[in-house]
Amino acid sequence: MNKIVSKERFSENVTKLVVEAPLIAKARRAGHFVIVRCGEKGERIPLTIADSDPAAGTITLVIQAVGDSTRKICALEPGEFLTDVVGPLGQATRIENYGTVLCCGGGVGVAPLLPIIKAMKAAGNRVVSVLAGRSKDLIILEDEVRASSDEVIIMTDDGSYGNKGLVTVGVEEVIKREKVDKVVTIGPAIMMKFVSLLTKKYDVPTEASLNAIMVDGTGMCGACRVTVGGKTRFVCVEGPEFDAHEIDFDELLMRLKM
Amino acid sequence: MENYNESRNETWREELRKSKTAKERNNIERVEMPQLDPAYRITCNEEVNQGINAEQAVLEATRCLDCPNPQCVTGCPVGINIPKFIKNIERGEFAQAAATLKETSSLPAVCGRVCPQEKQCESKCIRLKMKQPAVAIGYLERFAADWQRNNTKQEVPPMKEPNGIKVAVIGSGPSGLSFAGDMAKQGFDVTVFEALHEIGGVLKYGIPEFRLPNSIVDYEIDGLRMMGVKFEKDVLVGKTITYDDLHEQGFKGVFVGSGAGFPRFMDIPGENLIGVMSSNEYLTRINLMSAGRGGDTPVMQGETIAVIGGGNTAMDSTRTALRMGAKRVILVYRRSEEEMPARREEVGHAKEEGVEFMTLHNPIEYIGDEKGHIKAMRIQRMVLGEPDASGRRSPVPVEGAIEEIPVDIVIVAVGVSPNQLVPRSIGRLDVSRRNTIVVNEETMQSNIGDLYAGGDIVRGGATVILAMGDGRRAAQNMAMQLLGK
Repeated sequence: MNKIVSKERFSENVTKLVVEAPLIAKARRAGHFVIVRCGEKGERIPLTIADSDPAAGTITLVIQAVGDSTRKICALEPGEFLTDVVGPLGQATRIENYGTVLCCGGGVGVAPLLPIIKAMKAAGNRVVSVLAGRSKDLIILEDEVRASSDEVIIMTDDGSYGNKGLVTVGVEEVIKREKVDKVVTIGPAIMMKFVSLLTKKYDVPTEASLNAIMVDGTGMCGACRVTVGGKTRFVCVEGPEFDAHEIDFDELLMRLKM
Repeated sequence: MENYNESRNETWREELRKSKTAKERNNIERVEMPQLDPAYRITCNEEVNQGINAEQAVLEATRCLDCPNPQCVTGCPVGINIPKFIKNIERGEFAQAAATLKETSSLPAVCGRVCPQEKQCESKCIRLKMKQPAVAIGYLERFAADWQRNNTKQEVPPMKEPNGIKVAVIGSGPSGLSFAGDMAKQGFDVTVFEALHEIGGVLKYGIPEFRLPNSIVDYEIDGLRMMGVKFEKDVLVGKTITYDDLHEQGFKGVFVGSGAGFPRFMDIPGENLIGVMSSNEYLTRINLMSAGRGGDTPVMQGETIAVIGGGNTAMDSTRTALRMGAKRVILVYRRSEEEMPARREEVGHAKEEGVEFMTLHNPIEYIGDEKGHIKAMRIQRMVLGEPDASGRRSPVPVEGAIEEIPVDIVIVAVGVSPNQLVPRSIGRLDVSRRNTIVVNEETMQSNIGDLYAGGDIVRGGATVILAMGDGRRAAQNMAMQLLGK
């Protein structure tokens, strides 16, 4: 049982929860995720860790309500409990001083991107962040991202905030303007697919963090399998980040509809 | 090894032996296991084998000749004193029969249900040499354990004084539970770490309730709790805490029983289509997560389901599919029925329930519809050729004999590999090319002195009882090491 310490509503469907999980708070690195369960009959839901406070023994999760289980989690109030939280799972992001790193997040994907932005900055990189959302109220964590980025570009589909246009417009602008050594992208699979196609064109190494369907999250079920470089890989133990240019995004998009 | 003759020479045993002639014992027919009717049982999740009653048990126990050199015991990986528990049943001392089981087995009600006795204790029974069916040791084991559970309050077995030494167990499956029970009896302070949200490992997520009800597993786990064993759920050693953290927390010995939970696929075209899944995924969704039975977790349903493989997990998957409402369930296995690794009993149950067997067939491709959902499988007919390394005749494709069968779901049950998560997190640990932990087979000790391992993480893929035997041996040896004996 893990207590909800605080809660913040980012938008109608996006909620931030700070949850007691002292061991995970201490062990987690940028890129890790957890599996949570809400209720004795609850589904196991993978969620990427947005932040942690080892001193307070808490982790931060940002959840988008898309189905019954995520709605249940978003409805939890401070003082209430998640039935289970296990982690940190997956492989941590490889943090190095690459030079210039472009971090590109869409929608709720900005939450798991934030710790990577922070770690890349701390490793001495110049960090340019491109945040995208359908409209202004779907741009989350902007202040936190600004605090660790050298530059932030905001893209909205409807132009209600920042620049109007898809995320790829912002990414291309940066790549054309300066040498980018690494791109990290987290967001809807369709967005990551187009970011990947774009950076492939410019030959910029790119990592994408995948949000596959999982049950156990420890390599046991294989529900999260994805084809990378022609080989089947398990997102839960080998990922969640893979070389975006090698990922079969069409298969991933298809499997996410199951 | 225990001295089995000591108990055999007790007065009551001698008198009991003399009470009937060998001929009288030989004339008794082996008991049949009462079962639920196939038409009824596929509509529910109730246990298929109903267990024998006291009268049947006493009669079956009478079939045992209490021979002077019992070979059955050599076939038991945990070394149960089989004649002693059986003769206690014959004389009506069911509680003592159960206590005899508990001396060496932490999970008798589980073993009485899922052990392949026909390949172990029963395969060594003297009555087989007399061209008669073996004594039904498994049924009797189950009877004694069930009788105790249903008729007495659970009690703590005789235990040594606490010695204050902390030991950690990674994984709460059969090897870990067996190890935990034996160490607790020896006075150690035992903590079991489990990655999932339920204790029991494969006994919970893998084996369906119609073969092993969860309440029985939970009873055995409660027994361990009463013995002072602590359980920590949602802790993945290697991720949540490390092997080094365990040392910092004062653990002096670590047993790894993390299992073989990494599903194998066949690497054929279409295997990542929607509707193709591992048996681990299918069974975990249904058994652990209660999908389709009130749980929030979904599971795919379909009219026609094919299961690939010939082991117990394949049988469990076919029979689960029937219970989830599939109209047609096809088992596809590349060799013939004779080579199937599944227990005969499970094969029989699956057939009775209406599973279609397509032996000597092997899938070569799955075909999807425009949405990426599987709609058919292409299967290749096979014939048996020369024996392979395993001694079984290996299947060879019949050229051109390929057939396409419409299916809604395919469940791949072609085996599992060791889960690398725990071994990989301990840098110095000696791991084989097959990703199993390398141990001394006698002691179960790894190249790291205080780390022992057993079960599928060492064997790659075996049975509940072999895992329990490993746990037991590891406990004996670790206890000696830690107590400086």
